[in-house]
Amino acid sequence: MLRNVFKVATKAAVPARRLAGIPIDDALFGLTDDQIELRTMCRNFFEAELEPHADEADRTDVFKDFRKFWLQCGEMGLHGITSPEEYGGTDMGYFAHTLVMEEMSRISGGIALSYGAHSNLCINQIVRNGNAAQKDKYLPKLISGEHIGALAMSETGSGSDVMSMKIRADKKGDHWILNGTKMWITNGPTADTMIIYARTDQDCKPAHGITAFIVDGNAEGFHCAQRLDKLGMRGSPTGELVFENVAVHEDNILGGIGQGAYVLMSGLNLERLVLSGGPVGLMQAACDVAIPYAHERKQFGKPIGEFQLVQGKIADMYTTLSASRSYLYQVARAADNGHFNNADCAGIILYTAEKATQVCLDAIQILGGNGYINDYPTGRFLRDAKLYEIGAGTSEVRRLIIGRHFNDMYR
Amino acid sequence: MVRVAVGVKRVIDYAVKIRVKPDGSGVVKDSVKHSMNPFCEIAVEEAVRLKEKKIAKEIVAFTIGPKQSAETLRTALAMGCDRGVHVNVDQAQLDALTPLQISKMAAKIAETEAADLLLMGKLAIDGDYGQTAAMTAAILDWPQATNLYSLQHNGDSATVEREIDGGLETNEIKTPAVLSVDLRINQPRYATLPNIMKAKKKKVKAVKPADLGVDVAPTLNVIKVAEPPVRAAGEIVEDVDTLISKLKDAGRI
Repeated sequence: MLRNVFKVATKAAVPARRLAGIPIDDALFGLTDDQIELRTMCRNFFEAELEPHADEADRTDVFKDFRKFWLQCGEMGLHGITSPEEYGGTDMGYFAHTLVMEEMSRISGGIALSYGAHSNLCINQIVRNGNAAQKDKYLPKLISGEHIGALAMSETGSGSDVMSMKIRADKKGDHWILNGTKMWITNGPTADTMIIYARTDQDCKPAHGITAFIVDGNAEGFHCAQRLDKLGMRGSPTGELVFENVAVHEDNILGGIGQGAYVLMSGLNLERLVLSGGPVGLMQAACDVAIPYAHERKQFGKPIGEFQLVQGKIADMYTTLSASRSYLYQVARAADNGHFNNADCAGIILYTAEKATQVCLDAIQILGGNGYINDYPTGRFLRDAKLYEIGAGTSEVRRLIIGRHFNDMYR
Repeated sequence: MVRVAVGVKRVIDYAVKIRVKPDGSGVVKDSVKHSMNPFCEIAVEEAVRLKEKKIAKEIVAFTIGPKQSAETLRTALAMGCDRGVHVNVDQAQLDALTPLQISKMAAKIAETEAADLLLMGKLAIDGDYGQTAAMTAAILDWPQATNLYSLQHNGDSATVEREIDGGLETNEIKTPAVLSVDLRINQPRYATLPNIMKAKKKKVKAVKPADLGVDVAPTLNVIKVAEPPVRAAGEIVEDVDTLISKLKDAGRI
């Protein structure tokens, strides 16, 4: 029949009835009508198109319909949410981006991580640092979801000490030849477009010799050596990348030679902000599952949610979530007004990530024995949440940044 | 090309667990998630497809409800309707309105907006009446086809199908007409972010029931709302004779 010939994103045939979750008081958090509409749109879309795949993606570490979902998100206008309309973006700003990240993480932490890496780490870096030619060439397909984006800075020997990275780029005519490896790269195994930080000057101070390059996923000499088998964020492909004499044209330098540290550091603030939607979404997911469960599970003749120790736990989960959400929305709102700093961008992900791990542990505890069984998603929430204490700068590094922010005031 | 009017209603979201208010006066609506009635979504989708097939030149979405219904109208605009009409009534008034009063308003809107086709969902999932489409057609003195499984517009007529026990029944109906859609006629599209943004620029006309010549004074008095009785356990009997005697005792036969 002609019914499904249309090239628009259409809904799944029969939307699954599921627990409606714990409501979010958007009025309390000062969301505008547009932002409320965005959250509703995301919730409905992810519930229908992502939720059916979330458990399987975690179990098998593969999201079979990843590319199809990517195109659907493209049609929905989600990838280019901080990109200009001329490239197909919706230019809605960082608050909107954070909200999408939150609602996607609420359903699948892993796929949301891939979305964050694609839409913020890759797309937004090109938007902020690319020249007109680079934006014209790379943004349209990344924003439509036809292409998957990634960004690689870490190496096996350079995690927190990212400026010690060893991958080198040597000039040869109008190309730079890349040799080296990258590690723990989200979307690395499947990316069509990657932003790679490499050392172009071997002799100067380590931080000054880094340059950002845009590299194609099918470049000769590039391959993904292994797909990492992770504790959580499963379904999000993470890889070790190898560059063997990969030639990149000098036109693909992002932001200027030797400017890599600047491009990297300025991007990190916004990355930490947007990714903080992840832990907040995971805390919401934990509440969505644990609180209704506590009112259905009966022991000693009544719902366990009516016993004081469980009431206490619910109260702690809810207030932690609300405080986290409040801090996050404030930082996001300020960022849209061009106002953000190292301390609060590091602070928001430091705080929400550590709280998310604890809230997810609480959810498992409320579910008791069932929290320990993989039939229930609470185990996945915890395993996904833990990543946020590590990626985008470890909690330890985040603490250093905030400490130094204050030290600088007294120099 | 025709002008299509499509009615949309804001209702409690289908996935929400409905709770009756302790005083029995109605169901809990405060802080409860609301969305567009699923059958209205399907009606909007059908209207937008008519436009994509270049059968419709314009789609006017209309809603009757409080200020929150503006969100529902915006969703219809984001799905592809061209402009909107919002008949303002507060929530209490809306809860008290009957299909007859709604139909009178819908009929008037079809007239003032010069619609050639009026589309609706077959029913709204809160009232569950399923009367509005038929009543509106009667008021307009237009042909009606309800519970549609398929719609094919042929200029001054339409070929329609609906599901019946034996299969599909096909009918020919003259237009202008009132049509109501059933579940399987289509799968509604998502309102995408770019379309939601475009929808902001689309015009919405604010209207009062008095402008449509309709009196919204309640004609029905709701005495009590209660949960359905909990289903009692069944009983297994040993043989047909016992079954018959038990049924007789219960006054069933």
